[in-house]
Amino acid sequence: MNLLRELWRSVAEFLRTFGAMALFFVDLLRYSPSTLFKRFNLVVYQVFNAGALSIVIIMVCGLFVGGVLGLQAFANLERFNAEEATGILAGFALVKEIGPVITALLFAGRAGTALASEIGLMKATDQLSAMEMMAVNPMHRVLVPRFLGGIISMPLLTAVFTMVGLLGAHLVAVEMQGVDVGAYWQQLQQTMDLDDVYEGITKSIVFGVVASLLAVWEGYNAVPTAEGVGRATTRTVVGTAIAVLILDFMITAYLL
Amino acid sequence: MRQNRAVELGTGLFVLLGIGALLFLTTQTTGRNDFSAAETYVVEARFENVGSLKKRSPVAMSGVTIGRVTDIQFDSDALEAVVTLIIDSRYDQIPDDSDASILTAGLLGSQYIGLQAGGSETYLEEGSEIYLTQSAVILENLIGKFLVQGSSDD
Repeated sequence: MNLLRELWRSVAEFLRTFGAMALFFVDLLRYSPSTLFKRFNLVVYQVFNAGALSIVIIMVCGLFVGGVLGLQAFANLERFNAEEATGILAGFALVKEIGPVITALLFAGRAGTALASEIGLMKATDQLSAMEMMAVNPMHRVLVPRFLGGIISMPLLTAVFTMVGLLGAHLVAVEMQGVDVGAYWQQLQQTMDLDDVYEGITKSIVFGVVASLLAVWEGYNAVPTAEGVGRATTRTVVGTAIAVLILDFMITAYLL
Repeated sequence: MRQNRAVELGTGLFVLLGIGALLFLTTQTTGRNDFSAAETYVVEARFENVGSLKKRSPVAMSGVTIGRVTDIQFDSDALEAVVTLIIDSRYDQIPDDSDASILTAGLLGSQYIGLQAGGSETYLEEGSEIYLTQSAVILENLIGKFLVQGSSDD
């Protein structure tokens, strides 16, 4: 009996959190247009924070993920005498799956944690309450610019990651393993449609919304102590990873 | 102030790089022979078997893409596949007794429709039908034939 009650309580708690997050999301969206027009410089600053500062990690990871894809694809396709298809395999994997997903995971680790801990610390040091005192809405001033900055950054980061990954696969396949350069690109171009690229972009936009929402939400709802901020940061990464991977499966199943 | 300018510069560079990457992905990784024409006309062709021909497959003549498959339906009366093609209006002098066959790009490539010019004086136009068609070569059938032939030789 006790167990059932516990179970019910945790289910109810989960639903409550989910509902509160949905309301929070609607709130963010509601404030988005006015923030975008009136406080554009704040959004720009957050694009710098979340996007421009993540570019190095994105490019390095993209290069090596692409390279390892090139190695694996080549080693296995060689058995079927189809080394030229390395471009197709690496290209499809990067554009449709690995690009959006790994970028979202890296984003959660690099930018999501920074957002969550920054907002959490602002809350812990009463900066948010101070703003409210001065009749400045923290929604306008703190939360929405960070949310929008994340959403704008994610598709751009994904595109950079995918492009660098393709170049990495090119380096490994063409320069190291000796696949013909024409065959590498031409087979890819013949097989890939614009729809495939759009699928990757759609995913990156959805992941951008989810990752930014979770980071801002966790930061804003952090327990205002050192420990609470730390926990909020952890929850951001874990939550984003789970949400992104589940959503990735759902989007793929829907679009395929 | 200087800090602010650095941030703006960094953001601008980042956005440019991102948009450049998006452009790279949409133009360099997708089919370069992507067919687009301002004006097209519609032609039909009937095939016994279309193999793995798909919507958006190219229509080529002498190896040049001049059109695209827009629709593939099954006609349950004639028991045939009806393929609808659009062809660029610039190419309006294709003889109407041209032959359409479903070919494969490379050994394992995707299938496309190849047009072979005929000798007629009248040309294909909006709504006309290509009546000389050749079905896709189904690899399994080919192997089957080959096996039968091989055993009869013994």
